[in-house]
Amino acid sequence: MAEPTHGLGGLKYDPSKKARPQELNVFIAFVIIVAAFEILGRLIIGESFLFNSREGTTGLFNTQRLSIIILQVATVGIIAIGVTQVIITGGIDLSSGSIVGATAMVAMSFAQTALVNGNPNPKAIFGDWAMDLPILVPILVGLACGLLAGLINGALIAYTKIPPFIATLGMMVSARGFARWWSTGNPISFPTESYNAIGSGMRPVFVFVALAVLFHLIMTYTKYGKHSYAIGSNEQATRMSGINVDRHKVLVYVIAGMLASIAAIVVSSKGQTAQANMGVMYELDAIAMAVIGGISLQGGRGSIIGTVIGALIFGVIISGFTFLRLDAYYQEMVKGAIIVGAVVLDQWRQKSRGARV
Amino acid sequence: MSEFILETRGLTKRYGGVHALEDANFNLRHGEHVAVVGDNGAGKSTFVRQITAVEQRSAGDVIFDGAPVHFAGPLQARESGIETVFQTLALADDLDVPSNLFLGRELFKLKLGPFSILDRKAMREKTMEALKTTAVKIPNVDNPIRNMSGGQRQCVSIARTAAFASKLVIMDEPTAALGVQETAQVENIIRGLKERGVPLILVSHNLRQVFDLVDRIVVFRRGRIVASLRRDETDGNDIVSYITGVKGGVEV
Repeated sequence: MAEPTHGLGGLKYDPSKKARPQELNVFIAFVIIVAAFEILGRLIIGESFLFNSREGTTGLFNTQRLSIIILQVATVGIIAIGVTQVIITGGIDLSSGSIVGATAMVAMSFAQTALVNGNPNPKAIFGDWAMDLPILVPILVGLACGLLAGLINGALIAYTKIPPFIATLGMMVSARGFARWWSTGNPISFPTESYNAIGSGMRPVFVFVALAVLFHLIMTYTKYGKHSYAIGSNEQATRMSGINVDRHKVLVYVIAGMLASIAAIVVSSKGQTAQANMGVMYELDAIAMAVIGGISLQGGRGSIIGTVIGALIFGVIISGFTFLRLDAYYQEMVKGAIIVGAVVLDQWRQKSRGARV
Repeated sequence: MSEFILETRGLTKRYGGVHALEDANFNLRHGEHVAVVGDNGAGKSTFVRQITAVEQRSAGDVIFDGAPVHFAGPLQARESGIETVFQTLALADDLDVPSNLFLGRELFKLKLGPFSILDRKAMREKTMEALKTTAVKIPNVDNPIRNMSGGQRQCVSIARTAAFASKLVIMDEPTAALGVQETAQVENIIRGLKERGVPLILVSHNLRQVFDLVDRIVVFRRGRIVASLRRDETDGNDIVSYITGVKGGVEV
């Protein structure tokens, strides 16, 4: 090395010795898990997980399975982007699944079409004035729901100093109650064509990828991102540095709430209906994706890229179990074990990190 | 402009019935470096905590930069130009060196409210400049602080203070936990402050260090200031006599 300019005080620094980024480890885990399903598939049921093995079709990969996996994780993945930011600041958000339910109900109420097969909409929530509204109306109303829920979460956490676990647990219960109250438990259906179009085909994946890229850039290159990591790393020091930690936390929970409401719009559009128990357990799936992706529950560490790979791992595992024709009951049990395992791994990683200093 | 950057008059702090600090009259000239010495429990740290508003004083006045002040907390003191290096480090472990140095006063390429885009290159360059003057050895400033030694971390913490020092720097036992080489680095930073004319209050147990660095030594004993001596008019034995109470009672 001719140019040892990196180090300070005469120390030479060899960039090749730099520790592997966390995301690379997660990606390696992803590859190993995919390979494991590929091998198990060939051994147990004699089918390929990844590659196209059906007769009469062309193409190297089993694109049908792969697109289903990606489509499955896209909705919860959108939530996980927000949950990641909350966890990086050292918080937790248990309310996202319920926000999905509440937002889906409200947004769908403003997305209904007046005539279904020539008859009046049988599921109409409001009168004629709320029928066939421009697409922007349900979207803005939906975003406002997420904003409001996030604002309440954030304000409670920042200004009453109650633990995020409690504040968002309260929102989880209340928002679900709101979703049931909205139409006294009845599903809301028959949206407009334009609303249906939002979640059709592979569009949820594009929404997920676009939001992931946007927030990756925000977390990496902006003040918001830097301060989020700082708060999760050492809240006291961040406060002492003159940063308005309380206001920042409110913003983080608002963003998480709005991402949950985007997921709600996508999922209700995809299903062409809204039900009060939409998004049940989504919050835990989203947290699992983040934790699998290397986001430390202690705050300060992790990235959106990690969460995206974590979401893919999550999707591959769930889909892989179906592929191996294992019972759905096992999936749930394994899901729980994966979450705990990922946190244990994180603790262990931090201990070994501490020992190196 | 007042002759002094900082003055305290009758500064007193009581914890219940305990008089931790009694009637402290202290002053610091522009550009002056003063050491605060004394035995454990003599009131040194209490004195510093009243000035930086980590605690609220029981009685007395603090006059900073020509005006009486009553800071609500350390943040306000800092915003007014008093930079403090606390005994406990105030760094964000998961951030790299430039991010820590510029935490709360980032440089931006583009202002967009909370989503303002950071000027990482400029912050990194300024960090390298600030750290070069300290001779601290850090293999890669882009690594998180977590992986650094106590000395390196303390140097970052102090470099941060020194880089932004506006009106007054206070250091409370900055080298207490450091090795010989790291202590030397911190002392270099302090000399740099002197050259730049930034006034300093240095709380220290290390008399060698005190005699090497400061213009004047203020001795605390049992919550009172018992001596204020110019460095060239005193020596180690003299200071120790004041600290232990062999000499004393000189009201300053």
